Amino acid sequence: MTTYGILYIGLALILVLGSAFPLGAYMARLFEGKIRLLAPVETGIYRICGIDPARQMGWASYAIALLMLSVVHFGLLYAILRLQYYLPFNPQHIAGMAPMLAFNTAASFTTNTNWQAYAPESMISNGAQMFGLVVHMFISAAAGIAVAAALMRAFVSGGLKTLGNVYVDIVRITLYLLLPVALVAAVVLLIAGIPMTFDAFPTVHTLAGGTQTIGRGPLALQEAIKELGTNGGGFFNANSSHPFENPNALTNLFEIWLLLVIGFALPIAFGHMVGRKREGIALFAAMALILGLAMVGDYAAEAANNPILVHAGVMAKPGNMVGKEMRFGIAQSTTFNTAATGTSTGAVNSVTDSYTPLGGLIPMFLMQLDEVAPGGVGSGLYGMVLFALLAVFVAGLMVGRTPEYLGKKVQSREIKLAMLAVLIQTMFILAGAGFSLLTKSGLGSLDNAGPHGLTEMLYGWTSATENNGSAFAGLSANTPLLDYGLGLAMLFGRFAVLIPVLAIAGSLALKPKLPQSTGTFPTDGPLFVGLLIGVIIILGGLQFMPADTLGPLAEHYLMLAGKTF
Amino acid sequence: MSNQADTIGLFDRAILIRATGDAVLKLNPRQLIRNPVIFTTEIIALLVTVVGVHEVVIGQAAAFSLVIAIWLWITVLFATFAEAVAEGRGRVRADALRRARSDTMAKLILDPRDRTLFKPTPAPELHKDDLVLVETGDIIPSDGEIIEGIASVNESAITGESAPVIREAGGDRSAVTGGTQVVSDFLVIRITAEPGSTFLDRMIALVEGAERRKTPNEIALDILLAGLTLIFVIAVATLPGFAAYSHTHLSIAVLAALFVCLIPTTIGGLLSAIGIAGMDRLIRFNVVATSGRAVEAAGDVDALLLDKTGTITFGNRMASAIYPVPGVDERLLAEAAAFASLGDETPEGRSIVTLMRDRYQIETKLPTNATLVPFSANTRVSGIDSGGRSWRKGAVDSVLKLAGGIPPAAFTEAVSRIARAGSTPLALAVDGQLLGAIELKDIVKPGIKERFADLRRMGIRTIMVTGDNRITAAAIAAEAGVDDVIAEATPQDKLGYIRKAQEEGRLVAMCGDGTNDAPALAQADVGVAMQTGTQAAREAGNMVDLDSDPTKLIEIVEIGKQLLITRGALTTFSIANDISKYFAILPAIFVATYPGLQALNVMGLTSPRSAILSAVIFNALIIVVLVPLALRGVKFRAVGAAALLRRNLLVYGLGGIVAPFVGIKAIDMILTAFHIFT
Repeated sequence: MTTYGILYIGLALILVLGSAFPLGAYMARLFEGKIRLLAPVETGIYRICGIDPARQMGWASYAIALLMLSVVHFGLLYAILRLQYYLPFNPQHIAGMAPMLAFNTAASFTTNTNWQAYAPESMISNGAQMFGLVVHMFISAAAGIAVAAALMRAFVSGGLKTLGNVYVDIVRITLYLLLPVALVAAVVLLIAGIPMTFDAFPTVHTLAGGTQTIGRGPLALQEAIKELGTNGGGFFNANSSHPFENPNALTNLFEIWLLLVIGFALPIAFGHMVGRKREGIALFAAMALILGLAMVGDYAAEAANNPILVHAGVMAKPGNMVGKEMRFGIAQSTTFNTAATGTSTGAVNSVTDSYTPLGGLIPMFLMQLDEVAPGGVGSGLYGMVLFALLAVFVAGLMVGRTPEYLGKKVQSREIKLAMLAVLIQTMFILAGAGFSLLTKSGLGSLDNAGPHGLTEMLYGWTSATENNGSAFAGLSANTPLLDYGLGLAMLFGRFAVLIPVLAIAGSLALKPKLPQSTGTFPTDGPLFVGLLIGVIIILGGLQFMPADTLGPLAEHYLMLAGKTF
Repeated sequence: MSNQADTIGLFDRAILIRATGDAVLKLNPRQLIRNPVIFTTEIIALLVTVVGVHEVVIGQAAAFSLVIAIWLWITVLFATFAEAVAEGRGRVRADALRRARSDTMAKLILDPRDRTLFKPTPAPELHKDDLVLVETGDIIPSDGEIIEGIASVNESAITGESAPVIREAGGDRSAVTGGTQVVSDFLVIRITAEPGSTFLDRMIALVEGAERRKTPNEIALDILLAGLTLIFVIAVATLPGFAAYSHTHLSIAVLAALFVCLIPTTIGGLLSAIGIAGMDRLIRFNVVATSGRAVEAAGDVDALLLDKTGTITFGNRMASAIYPVPGVDERLLAEAAAFASLGDETPEGRSIVTLMRDRYQIETKLPTNATLVPFSANTRVSGIDSGGRSWRKGAVDSVLKLAGGIPPAAFTEAVSRIARAGSTPLALAVDGQLLGAIELKDIVKPGIKERFADLRRMGIRTIMVTGDNRITAAAIAAEAGVDDVIAEATPQDKLGYIRKAQEEGRLVAMCGDGTNDAPALAQADVGVAMQTGTQAAREAGNMVDLDSDPTKLIEIVEIGKQLLITRGALTTFSIANDISKYFAILPAIFVATYPGLQALNVMGLTSPRSAILSAVIFNALIIVVLVPLALRGVKFRAVGAAALLRRNLLVYGLGGIVAPFVGIKAIDMILTAFHIFT
């Protein structure tokens, strides 16, 4: 580890955490409906779509509307992918996608996962990228944030029957948050050297005398929303390690900022919404601590020597540079990858498959913690609130009162729903990976043998279920088993959490808001932050310990013993 | 407090013997299914037993599977034992209560107009609205309302208090309880309970735990524990897939050991014992709660409605000073005051005589020729006529009317100063001549202010309810340090206040005894009725205080909090235990495949099999080790939630992480010393 590396992590975190405060305050005003700069545009959209913006929805209507919206978008995207050959903006004349891959991809982009079982350059047209995928990058991100906003409203006062209007929320979040920030970010990335074009891929003659096709497209905008909306779906297979997606150190830092900033602004917005800023800061602190530790840990794992390479005389200087871009080095690579797995972005600027076992375990464990540090836009916050409810429930009794969070009693209904969400995620990850490893098809997808292969499969199911989309690489995912299996994992990982969250919001909203007193369980201090982190690790992460032991941990000790796979 | 349950120790030998038998009976799966975690453990124990026996039959080395199976059974037994011990003390109490109920013959009155005409009838055959006669020495056959007579009643069968109490028709002392005994005079009682649902029946059912239903918080906790169990079902059931890929064979016994160690057996095994013990603590405090839900609500209460009289103050105002009018000697006034009160047997009257004797050394005797003038609501004065002279003391305006004329300014000022201080002024006149004023002071109980400060730290507001005027009420409130006052309170005011507080999201507790308290008792989240109160009050509340001590409301809140804290502490402890078990079992089961994983064996356990067995043994023993804590409850401290959380999180959270590392290591060392599975 070098001082520079630690300073880099510090710089990235300070930039993000510092800007999260003003952005969070702004977002709270946005969720409260106080930001109406483009009211005529809004009204126009509502009129065209036939939305009654005054209609307030209960949790069930909110969930059903969101579900229907997702079904329609899923169908549209599926159609675009299947029919892309006949659609405009397809200069490379790329053929329509196969049904199982189209299913997987549609599921992936509807759920804000951006798992890419396809090779983007050769299997998807520029038009489909722009009007299929990028549109979803906005909508799915806005939908996640809308659910978080609905949950926040449940804590504001007592006896509320409604949580807002999902259409209005999505329109406003897109119009006043995602679009403006993404557009400005796109211009910044454009200036930094990222292309933005609908033209065909040019073919050039290389210095060596050969010819090469250079991929390009509407990259700057896709890159901006890819990070901002914690999507992660790259224009290129190489994702953010490709020079056109992430040309230099400056864009790398900027992209890290983009992919973290909304995730960290949401707890701040939460604090503003409930009128107790310290409550938001507590969740924010828990997120920051987990992510900060993961960043330092991952950097330490990669900056340490790989004993096998040192022994073989391959490695000249300390640190594992395998799978990393020379222009980024270790700290910039690990910081980007932990930021992208701590959020549900899943973008990569280096190959996790080539990380040391512990360097690969940390991003995977961040995902297994149910993506809450800071998690996907919206989903991170509501996941964190679920854990806060569980933490309050487990330990809250110790102050001699039945548990309450922010003045709302936590009772059997909330616990039932929260446990359901944790349970379904655990099931898809462990049952999915465990089953795949028993099948011939699953084993055929693995690039490596031994514990490394196990990690590849486990990482894939974790990434899909947690809606991250990060690929460990080394897993050939375009098989019927994984296309359909991971597609279902993504859908359940999204909606089997999102619907219980809305149900919890509906139930909490109705409850009276209890006044705070010195007898109330304090949820705004360092003690609660520590407790929350403990509960996240014990309830959200430890159930993966047995599987993780057979994967990265076993490999780590094998590596120390000098064995590779 | 004096009652038989108090003398029963936590681990009385007889209770333990009976509990051991009960623990085995409770293995019945149909009964155990109420407890999802322990029920699952029992199924796993059965499965491992079958596997172990099968291994013996086919001649494999089976010792390990069978030993694991035995310890899993022990885990289940410890859990059922914990519940049985908790129930044990209630049983002893219930047996004593049952003796009070049995074989009573009632004197059923056949003609309401003639109480001498009755028919002997067994108590269980009495119905609502039957009239019975109870005479000296008779056991009152069932709950009822006195419609005629006054008698002293020994209620020790119910309350444990042997001093008899007075019961009479009309007013707030008209309720009697079946099983108590009339020790003098007679009563005619209208029965108010159907057979099988008398207070005694309900109490027996409650202390026995027969009517025990899970409280809302217990249900929620059960859901969490069941959810955790399911998560670990998934984690352990999918493990063979990962293991097969890794060319590792995991036996059923090993998987079962991992699973049972990870699921929250500790809190699962102790949860119902904690609840029963909480009710039992309340009963030992001579408070009977009609449901566990009420005890839980007591912990949540954040506003206490306390009657001033008897709770905050001693209840009877006492003379504290005298103020003569100008020109009257203070001693003269003192003598007159003592003399005027000689016939006044009220506590106030006696306190005047006492004060004059103590402060002015005045000894007076009632002359033989004196005529007592008792207090009447009309005249509002009392006194003595003797030797042609008259002494009168009473309400200021009434005495002034007797005295006539305009009182001196100094007197008027003294009177208003007394009122401002929250005391009651009395005026004294001899032969129609105003002599001065006597101050009757409401004495606030010593230590009550500190209790209220404790409550405030716990986030509980105290509200004083009094019929006094605002000025008087405010002065007492300031002296006692309550947070709010309802002065000139009518029962309607109480009800209104409770409703308003509940709308603000507060939980309110109150106590009361009169029939007009009943609506407020029913509305309050915790309504404690006094045993001496009316039947209506006792039915409206969700707790009955057998000692009829309104101060007990504070202890009830503390018992409720203690119950919740114990539950939370053991839940946290149980869940925090998991970390160590991963470190004990995971390296043990995979070290054969990946020798490097030995590095995760941070406890340095001797062998894989000793490691697994140690974890399983610890998991079983910790239940029985924690039984005393579950029954006694975590000690409650009246500090704020933040301080309480810091302390308990340190002890039970951090302790829960560390303790099993130490425990498992110790068990492993013992196993190693005896060369068991090493």
